[in-house]
Amino acid sequence: MNSNQKEVLTGPIFNNNPIALQILGICSALAVTTKMETAMVMSVAVILVTAFSNAAVASIRLQIPGSIRIIVQMTIIASLVILVDQFLKAFAFGISKQLSVFVGLIITNCIVMGRAEGFAMKNEPGISFLDGVGNGLGYSAILMIVAFFRELFGSGSLFGVQILTLSREGGWYEANGLMLLPPSAFFIIGFFIWVLRTFKTEQLEEA
Amino acid sequence: MLEHYLSLFIKCLFVENLALAFFLGMCTFLAVSKNVKTASMLGIAVIVIQFITVPANNLIYQHLLKKGALAWAGYPNVDLTFVGLICYIGVIAAMVQILEMTLDRYFPALYNTLGIFLPLITVNCAILGGTLFMVERDYNFWESCTFGLGSGIGWAMAIMALAGIREKLKYSDVPLGLRGLGITFITVGLMAMAFMAFSGIQL
Repeated sequence: MNSNQKEVLTGPIFNNNPIALQILGICSALAVTTKMETAMVMSVAVILVTAFSNAAVASIRLQIPGSIRIIVQMTIIASLVILVDQFLKAFAFGISKQLSVFVGLIITNCIVMGRAEGFAMKNEPGISFLDGVGNGLGYSAILMIVAFFRELFGSGSLFGVQILTLSREGGWYEANGLMLLPPSAFFIIGFFIWVLRTFKTEQLEEA
Repeated sequence: MLEHYLSLFIKCLFVENLALAFFLGMCTFLAVSKNVKTASMLGIAVIVIQFITVPANNLIYQHLLKKGALAWAGYPNVDLTFVGLICYIGVIAAMVQILEMTLDRYFPALYNTLGIFLPLITVNCAILGGTLFMVERDYNFWESCTFGLGSGIGWAMAIMALAGIREKLKYSDVPLGLRGLGITFITVGLMAMAFMAFSGIQL
Protein backbone atom coordinates (compact mmCIF):
# COMPACT_ATOMS: atom_id res chain seq x y z
CA MET A 1 0.00 0.00 0.00
CA ASN A 2 1.62 3.30 -1.02
CA SER A 3 1.48 6.48 1.02
CA ASN A 4 -1.28 8.06 -1.05
CA GLN A 5 -3.59 5.10 -0.48
CA LYS A 6 -2.76 5.14 3.21
CA GLU A 7 -3.57 8.86 3.46
CA VAL A 8 -6.90 8.35 1.68
CA LEU A 9 -7.79 5.54 4.06
CA THR A 10 -6.70 7.01 7.41
CA GLY A 11 -6.99 10.77 6.81
CA PRO A 12 -10.74 10.98 7.40
CA ILE A 13 -10.51 9.33 10.84
CA PHE A 14 -8.97 12.27 12.74
CA ASN A 15 -7.39 14.82 10.41
CA ASN A 16 -10.38 15.37 8.19
CA ASN A 17 -13.21 13.72 10.08
CA PRO A 18 -16.52 13.89 8.18
CA ILE A 19 -18.60 14.53 11.31
CA ALA A 20 -16.34 16.73 13.46
CA LEU A 21 -14.94 18.92 10.68
CA GLN A 22 -17.15 18.78 7.62
CA ILE A 23 -20.51 18.60 9.51
CA LEU A 24 -21.68 15.72 7.32
CA GLY A 25 -23.88 12.79 8.23
CA ILE A 26 -24.82 13.85 11.74
CA CYS A 27 -28.48 13.19 11.12
CA SER A 28 -28.47 9.46 11.65
CA ALA A 29 -25.33 9.43 13.78
CA LEU A 30 -26.93 10.51 17.01
CA ALA A 31 -30.14 8.57 17.24
CA VAL A 32 -28.54 5.13 17.14
CA THR A 33 -25.90 5.69 19.79
CA THR A 34 -27.69 4.78 23.01
CA LYS A 35 -26.15 1.29 22.74
CA MET A 36 -22.80 0.09 21.40
CA GLU A 37 -24.48 -2.78 19.57
CA THR A 38 -26.76 -0.66 17.40
CA ALA A 39 -23.97 1.85 16.79
CA MET A 40 -21.72 -0.98 15.60
CA VAL A 41 -24.31 -2.35 13.17
CA MET A 42 -25.01 1.14 11.85
CA SER A 43 -21.26 1.77 11.38
CA VAL A 44 -20.76 -1.42 9.41
CA ALA A 45 -23.77 -0.59 7.25
CA VAL A 46 -22.47 2.90 6.49
CA ILE A 47 -18.91 1.67 5.73
CA LEU A 48 -20.28 -0.92 3.27
CA VAL A 49 -22.65 1.51 1.55
CA THR A 50 -20.05 4.29 1.25
CA ALA A 51 -17.34 1.95 -0.04
CA PHE A 52 -19.44 0.16 -2.63
CA SER A 53 -21.33 3.23 -3.82
CA ASN A 54 -18.01 5.02 -4.28
CA ALA A 55 -16.61 2.10 -6.27
CA ALA A 56 -19.76 1.83 -8.40
CA VAL A 57 -19.97 5.55 -9.12
CA ALA A 58 -16.24 5.71 -9.92
CA SER A 59 -16.41 2.83 -12.38
CA ILE A 60 -19.17 4.45 -14.45
CA ARG A 61 -18.10 8.08 -13.87
CA LEU A 62 -17.12 8.58 -17.52
CA GLN A 63 -20.51 7.38 -18.77
CA ILE A 64 -22.72 9.48 -16.45
CA PRO A 65 -24.05 12.65 -18.15
CA GLY A 66 -23.39 15.64 -15.93
CA SER A 67 -26.97 16.89 -15.80
CA ILE A 68 -28.46 13.72 -14.31
CA ARG A 69 -25.54 12.61 -12.15
CA ILE A 70 -27.30 13.28 -8.85
CA ILE A 71 -30.20 11.00 -9.68
CA VAL A 72 -27.83 8.26 -10.94
CA GLN A 73 -25.82 8.43 -7.71
CA MET A 74 -29.04 8.45 -5.70
CA THR A 75 -30.28 5.30 -7.43
CA ILE A 76 -27.01 3.44 -6.84
CA ILE A 77 -26.99 4.44 -3.17
CA ALA A 78 -30.68 3.61 -2.68
CA SER A 79 -30.20 0.13 -4.20
CA LEU A 80 -27.26 -0.59 -1.86
CA VAL A 81 -29.25 0.62 1.14
CA ILE A 82 -32.17 -1.63 0.18
CA LEU A 83 -29.73 -4.58 0.15
CA VAL A 84 -28.45 -3.70 3.63
CA ASP A 85 -32.00 -3.16 4.91
CA GLN A 86 -33.27 -6.49 3.57
CA PHE A 87 -30.19 -8.28 4.93
CA LEU A 88 -30.74 -6.86 8.42
CA LYS A 89 -34.44 -7.70 8.31
CA ALA A 90 -33.59 -11.31 7.41
CA PHE A 91 -30.68 -11.99 9.76
CA ALA A 92 -30.89 -9.46 12.60
CA PHE A 93 -34.55 -8.58 12.94
CA GLY A 94 -34.28 -7.28 16.53
CA ILE A 95 -31.57 -4.78 15.66
CA SER A 96 -33.34 -3.81 12.46
CA LYS A 97 -36.42 -2.90 14.57
CA GLN A 98 -34.30 -0.82 16.96
CA LEU A 99 -32.64 1.08 14.13
CA SER A 100 -36.15 1.68 12.69
CA VAL A 101 -36.07 4.35 10.00
CA PHE A 102 -32.39 5.13 10.36
CA VAL A 103 -31.19 2.36 8.05
CA GLY A 104 -33.30 3.88 5.27
CA LEU A 105 -31.91 7.28 6.12
CA ILE A 106 -28.41 6.18 5.05
CA ILE A 107 -29.64 7.21 1.58
CA THR A 108 -29.74 10.84 2.60
CA ASN A 109 -26.61 10.56 4.73
CA CYS A 110 -24.52 13.41 3.38
CA ILE A 111 -21.27 11.44 3.77
CA VAL A 112 -22.29 8.86 1.17
CA MET A 113 -23.59 11.45 -1.26
CA GLY A 114 -20.73 13.85 -0.57
CA ARG A 115 -18.02 11.27 -1.24
CA ALA A 116 -19.73 10.02 -4.40
CA GLU A 117 -19.97 13.55 -5.73
CA GLY A 118 -16.70 14.92 -4.35
CA PHE A 119 -14.28 12.01 -4.74
CA ALA A 120 -15.64 9.11 -6.79
CA MET A 121 -16.58 11.30 -9.78
CA LYS A 122 -12.92 12.26 -10.24
CA ASN A 123 -10.97 9.12 -9.30
CA GLU A 124 -10.32 5.47 -10.20
CA PRO A 125 -12.60 2.79 -8.64
CA GLY A 126 -9.84 1.23 -6.46
CA ILE A 127 -8.86 4.41 -4.65
CA SER A 128 -12.50 5.51 -4.42
CA PHE A 129 -13.31 2.27 -2.63
CA LEU A 130 -10.57 3.02 -0.07
CA ASP A 131 -11.84 6.58 0.32
CA GLY A 132 -15.30 5.20 1.04
CA VAL A 133 -13.92 2.83 3.68
CA GLY A 134 -11.86 5.64 5.23
CA ASN A 135 -14.79 8.04 5.51
CA GLY A 136 -16.99 5.23 6.81
CA LEU A 137 -14.37 4.58 9.49
CA GLY A 138 -14.22 8.27 10.42
CA TYR A 139 -18.00 8.22 10.89
CA SER A 140 -17.79 4.96 12.86
CA ALA A 141 -15.08 6.33 15.16
CA ILE A 142 -17.36 9.14 16.36
CA LEU A 143 -20.34 6.82 16.57
CA MET A 144 -18.47 4.32 18.72
CA ILE A 145 -17.02 7.01 21.01
CA VAL A 146 -20.44 8.58 21.59
CA ALA A 147 -22.07 5.18 22.09
CA PHE A 148 -19.32 4.15 24.53
CA PHE A 149 -20.02 7.08 26.85
CA ARG A 150 -23.79 6.90 26.49
CA GLU A 151 -24.06 3.19 27.20
CA LEU A 152 -21.42 3.14 29.97
CA PHE A 153 -22.87 6.04 31.94
CA GLY A 154 -26.50 5.62 30.91
CA SER A 155 -26.96 1.94 31.67
CA GLY A 156 -23.63 0.91 33.16
CA SER A 157 -22.88 -1.64 30.46
CA LEU A 158 -20.90 -2.11 27.24
CA PHE A 159 -22.30 -4.24 24.42
CA GLY A 160 -25.01 -5.29 26.88
CA VAL A 161 -22.45 -6.67 29.41
CA GLN A 162 -22.80 -5.08 32.85
CA ILE A 163 -19.60 -3.17 33.78
CA LEU A 164 -20.81 -0.90 36.56
CA THR A 165 -23.32 -2.59 38.85
CA LEU A 166 -26.44 -0.46 39.10
CA SER A 167 -27.74 0.59 42.50
CA ARG A 168 -31.16 -0.90 41.79
CA GLU A 169 -29.44 -4.28 41.50
CA GLY A 170 -27.55 -3.86 44.75
CA GLY A 171 -24.44 -2.22 43.26
CA TRP A 172 -22.98 1.24 43.76
CA TYR A 173 -23.57 2.98 40.41
CA GLU A 174 -26.54 5.30 39.96
CA ALA A 175 -27.40 5.32 36.23
CA ASN A 176 -27.40 8.73 34.58
CA GLY A 177 -30.75 8.87 32.81
CA LEU A 178 -29.80 11.94 30.77
CA MET A 179 -27.26 9.84 28.84
CA LEU A 180 -30.09 7.80 27.33
CA LEU A 181 -31.99 10.91 26.18
CA PRO A 182 -31.34 12.78 22.90
CA PRO A 183 -29.59 15.92 24.31
CA SER A 184 -26.63 13.98 25.74
CA ALA A 185 -25.47 13.01 22.24
CA PHE A 186 -25.14 16.69 21.32
CA PHE A 187 -23.14 17.45 24.46
CA ILE A 188 -20.75 14.52 23.89
CA ILE A 189 -20.08 15.48 20.27
CA GLY A 190 -19.66 19.14 21.28
CA PHE A 191 -17.04 18.21 23.89
CA PHE A 192 -15.39 15.73 21.52
CA ILE A 193 -14.93 18.53 18.97
CA TRP A 194 -13.48 20.72 21.73
CA VAL A 195 -10.93 18.04 22.67
CA LEU A 196 -10.06 17.33 19.02
CA ARG A 197 -9.53 21.01 18.25
CA THR A 198 -7.42 21.59 21.33
CA PHE A 199 -4.89 19.11 19.92
CA LYS A 200 -5.37 19.87 16.22
CA THR A 201 -5.27 23.66 16.30
CA GLU A 202 -5.43 24.01 12.51
CA GLN A 203 -9.12 22.99 12.74
CA LEU A 204 -10.08 26.06 14.83
CA GLU A 205 -12.79 28.31 13.38
CA GLU A 206 -12.94 32.07 13.19
CA ALA A 207 -16.15 33.05 14.90
CA MET B 1 -62.38 13.18 15.38
CA LEU B 2 -60.94 16.66 15.11
CA GLU B 3 -59.31 16.17 18.50
CA HIS B 4 -57.35 13.21 17.15
CA TYR B 5 -55.83 15.30 14.37
CA LEU B 6 -55.17 18.25 16.67
CA SER B 7 -53.42 15.98 19.14
CA LEU B 8 -51.29 14.49 16.34
CA PHE B 9 -50.43 17.97 15.10
CA ILE B 10 -49.30 19.22 18.52
CA LYS B 11 -47.39 15.99 19.08
CA CYS B 12 -45.27 16.27 15.93
CA LEU B 13 -44.82 19.99 16.49
CA PHE B 14 -43.39 19.83 20.03
CA VAL B 15 -43.09 16.36 21.53
CA GLU B 16 -41.67 14.52 18.54
CA ASN B 17 -39.92 17.45 16.92
CA LEU B 18 -38.00 16.03 13.94
CA ALA B 19 -34.90 18.12 14.54
CA LEU B 20 -34.62 18.09 18.31
CA ALA B 21 -35.99 14.67 19.25
CA PHE B 22 -35.01 12.55 16.24
CA PHE B 23 -31.94 14.48 14.99
CA LEU B 24 -33.25 14.62 11.42
CA GLY B 25 -32.01 17.17 8.93
CA MET B 26 -29.07 17.94 11.21
CA CYS B 27 -26.57 18.70 8.45
CA THR B 28 -28.57 21.59 7.03
CA PHE B 29 -29.82 22.44 10.52
CA LEU B 30 -26.28 23.23 11.65
CA ALA B 31 -24.91 24.57 8.37
CA VAL B 32 -27.69 27.04 7.42
CA SER B 33 -28.51 28.51 10.85
CA LYS B 34 -26.05 31.38 10.93
CA ASN B 35 -28.72 34.08 10.56
CA VAL B 36 -32.46 34.23 11.04
CA LYS B 37 -33.39 35.42 7.55
CA THR B 38 -31.88 32.54 5.56
CA ALA B 39 -32.96 30.07 8.24
CA SER B 40 -36.60 31.13 7.94
CA MET B 41 -36.44 30.87 4.12
CA LEU B 42 -35.16 27.31 4.39
CA GLY B 43 -37.79 26.61 7.04
CA ILE B 44 -40.62 27.70 4.72
CA ALA B 45 -39.22 25.57 1.88
CA VAL B 46 -39.12 22.53 4.17
CA ILE B 47 -42.73 23.08 5.33
CA VAL B 48 -43.98 23.24 1.72
CA ILE B 49 -42.04 20.17 0.52
CA GLN B 50 -42.91 18.14 3.62
CA PHE B 51 -46.61 18.99 3.24
CA ILE B 52 -46.54 17.77 -0.39
CA THR B 53 -44.27 14.71 -0.22
CA VAL B 54 -45.58 12.98 2.90
CA PRO B 55 -49.20 12.75 1.61
CA ALA B 56 -47.93 11.89 -1.91
CA ASN B 57 -45.79 9.04 -0.60
CA ASN B 58 -48.69 8.00 1.59
CA LEU B 59 -50.88 7.53 -1.50
CA ILE B 60 -48.12 5.49 -3.19
CA TYR B 61 -47.64 3.34 -0.12
CA GLN B 62 -51.33 2.73 0.55
CA HIS B 63 -52.38 2.06 -3.04
CA LEU B 64 -49.32 0.49 -4.72
CA LEU B 65 -46.69 -0.87 -2.34
CA LYS B 66 -48.40 -2.16 0.80
CA LYS B 67 -49.08 -5.88 1.06
CA GLY B 68 -52.42 -6.52 -0.62
CA ALA B 69 -52.61 -2.97 -1.97
CA LEU B 70 -52.55 -4.18 -5.58
CA ALA B 71 -55.77 -6.18 -5.07
CA TRP B 72 -57.59 -3.71 -7.36
CA ALA B 73 -55.29 -4.77 -10.22
CA GLY B 74 -55.86 -8.47 -9.55
CA TYR B 75 -52.68 -9.21 -7.56
CA PRO B 76 -53.87 -9.55 -3.95
CA ASN B 77 -50.70 -11.28 -2.70
CA VAL B 78 -48.06 -8.93 -4.02
CA ASP B 79 -45.94 -7.12 -1.43
CA LEU B 80 -43.77 -4.39 -2.93
CA THR B 81 -42.62 -2.68 0.30
CA PHE B 82 -38.98 -3.57 -0.45
CA VAL B 83 -38.79 -1.08 -3.33
CA GLY B 84 -40.24 1.59 -1.03
CA LEU B 85 -37.00 3.45 -0.37
CA ILE B 86 -36.20 3.95 -4.03
CA CYS B 87 -39.77 5.12 -4.79
CA TYR B 88 -39.89 7.60 -1.92
CA ILE B 89 -36.57 9.23 -2.75
CA GLY B 90 -37.64 9.40 -6.41
CA VAL B 91 -40.90 11.12 -5.45
CA ILE B 92 -39.05 13.59 -3.23
CA ALA B 93 -36.48 14.44 -5.93
CA ALA B 94 -39.25 14.85 -8.53
CA MET B 95 -41.44 16.98 -6.23
CA VAL B 96 -38.54 19.31 -5.45
CA GLN B 97 -37.81 19.65 -9.15
CA ILE B 98 -41.47 20.33 -10.03
CA LEU B 99 -41.85 22.86 -7.25
CA GLU B 100 -38.70 24.61 -8.44
CA MET B 101 -40.03 24.85 -12.01
CA THR B 102 -43.49 26.01 -10.88
CA LEU B 103 -42.05 28.71 -8.67
CA ASP B 104 -39.71 29.82 -11.44
CA ARG B 105 -42.63 30.15 -13.87
CA TYR B 106 -45.32 31.71 -11.67
CA PHE B 107 -43.61 33.25 -8.63
CA PRO B 108 -40.19 34.45 -9.80
CA ALA B 109 -39.69 36.67 -6.72
CA LEU B 110 -40.19 33.76 -4.35
CA TYR B 111 -38.02 31.56 -6.57
CA ASN B 112 -35.15 34.00 -6.34
CA THR B 113 -35.21 34.09 -2.57
CA LEU B 114 -35.74 30.33 -2.05
CA GLY B 115 -33.67 29.35 -5.11
CA ILE B 116 -30.51 27.87 -3.67
CA PHE B 117 -32.27 26.12 -0.80
CA LEU B 118 -34.64 24.02 -2.85
CA PRO B 119 -32.11 21.50 -4.29
CA LEU B 120 -30.59 21.14 -0.81
CA ILE B 121 -33.89 19.80 0.44
CA THR B 122 -33.71 16.61 -1.65
CA VAL B 123 -30.93 15.33 0.58
CA ASN B 124 -32.44 16.67 3.81
CA CYS B 125 -33.02 13.67 6.05
CA ALA B 126 -36.04 15.36 7.67
CA ILE B 127 -38.02 14.94 4.43
CA LEU B 128 -37.21 11.27 3.84
CA GLY B 129 -37.42 10.67 7.60
CA GLY B 130 -40.93 12.12 7.68
CA THR B 131 -42.01 9.74 4.94
CA LEU B 132 -40.41 6.73 6.63
CA PHE B 133 -42.10 7.53 9.96
CA MET B 134 -45.40 7.84 8.11
CA VAL B 135 -44.89 4.34 6.65
CA GLU B 136 -43.71 2.84 9.94
CA ARG B 137 -46.72 4.20 11.84
CA ASP B 138 -49.12 3.31 9.03
CA TYR B 139 -50.93 6.67 8.90
CA ASN B 140 -54.03 7.09 6.74
CA PHE B 141 -54.21 9.90 4.17
CA TRP B 142 -55.57 12.67 6.42
CA GLU B 143 -53.24 11.74 9.24
CA SER B 144 -50.32 11.92 6.84
CA CYS B 145 -51.37 15.45 5.77
CA THR B 146 -51.48 16.53 9.42
CA PHE B 147 -48.17 14.84 10.14
CA GLY B 148 -46.49 16.40 7.10
CA LEU B 149 -47.62 19.92 8.00
CA GLY B 150 -46.90 19.56 11.72
CA SER B 151 -43.46 18.06 11.38
CA GLY B 152 -42.49 20.62 8.73
CA ILE B 153 -43.54 23.52 10.95
CA GLY B 154 -41.77 21.92 13.91
CA TRP B 155 -38.50 21.67 11.97
CA ALA B 156 -38.80 25.26 10.70
CA MET B 157 -39.48 26.51 14.22
CA ALA B 158 -36.41 24.72 15.58
CA ILE B 159 -34.05 26.08 12.91
CA MET B 160 -35.34 29.65 13.37
CA ALA B 161 -34.90 29.40 17.14
CA LEU B 162 -31.34 28.11 16.73
CA ALA B 163 -30.50 30.86 14.25
CA GLY B 164 -31.75 33.47 16.72
CA ILE B 165 -29.57 32.05 19.48
CA ARG B 166 -26.51 31.88 17.20
CA GLU B 167 -26.92 35.52 16.20
CA LYS B 168 -26.71 36.50 19.86
CA LEU B 169 -23.83 34.07 20.52
CA LYS B 170 -21.57 36.20 18.35
CA TYR B 171 -21.23 38.65 21.24
CA SER B 172 -20.15 36.08 23.81
CA ASP B 173 -16.65 34.95 24.70
CA VAL B 174 -16.50 31.26 23.83
CA PRO B 175 -13.38 29.13 24.58
CA LEU B 176 -11.19 28.89 21.48
CA GLY B 177 -11.65 25.18 20.72
CA LEU B 178 -15.43 25.37 21.11
CA ARG B 179 -15.97 28.24 18.69
CA GLY B 180 -18.21 27.57 15.73
CA LEU B 181 -19.31 23.96 15.54
CA GLY B 182 -18.61 22.90 19.13
CA ILE B 183 -20.72 25.52 20.86
CA THR B 184 -23.49 25.02 18.30
CA PHE B 185 -23.75 21.36 19.25
CA ILE B 186 -24.00 22.24 22.93
CA THR B 187 -26.63 24.92 22.20
CA VAL B 188 -28.71 22.39 20.28
CA GLY B 189 -28.35 19.98 23.20
CA LEU B 190 -29.74 22.59 25.61
CA MET B 191 -32.59 23.35 23.19
CA ALA B 192 -33.42 19.65 22.98
CA MET B 193 -33.55 19.51 26.78
CA ALA B 194 -35.94 22.45 26.83
CA PHE B 195 -38.17 20.77 24.26
CA MET B 196 -38.29 17.66 26.43
CA ALA B 197 -40.43 19.62 28.84
CA PHE B 198 -43.27 19.15 26.33
CA SER B 199 -43.13 15.36 26.51
CA GLY B 200 -46.27 13.63 27.61
CA ILE B 201 -48.62 16.36 26.39
CA GLN B 202 -51.93 14.88 25.31
CA LEU B 203 -54.92 16.85 24.10
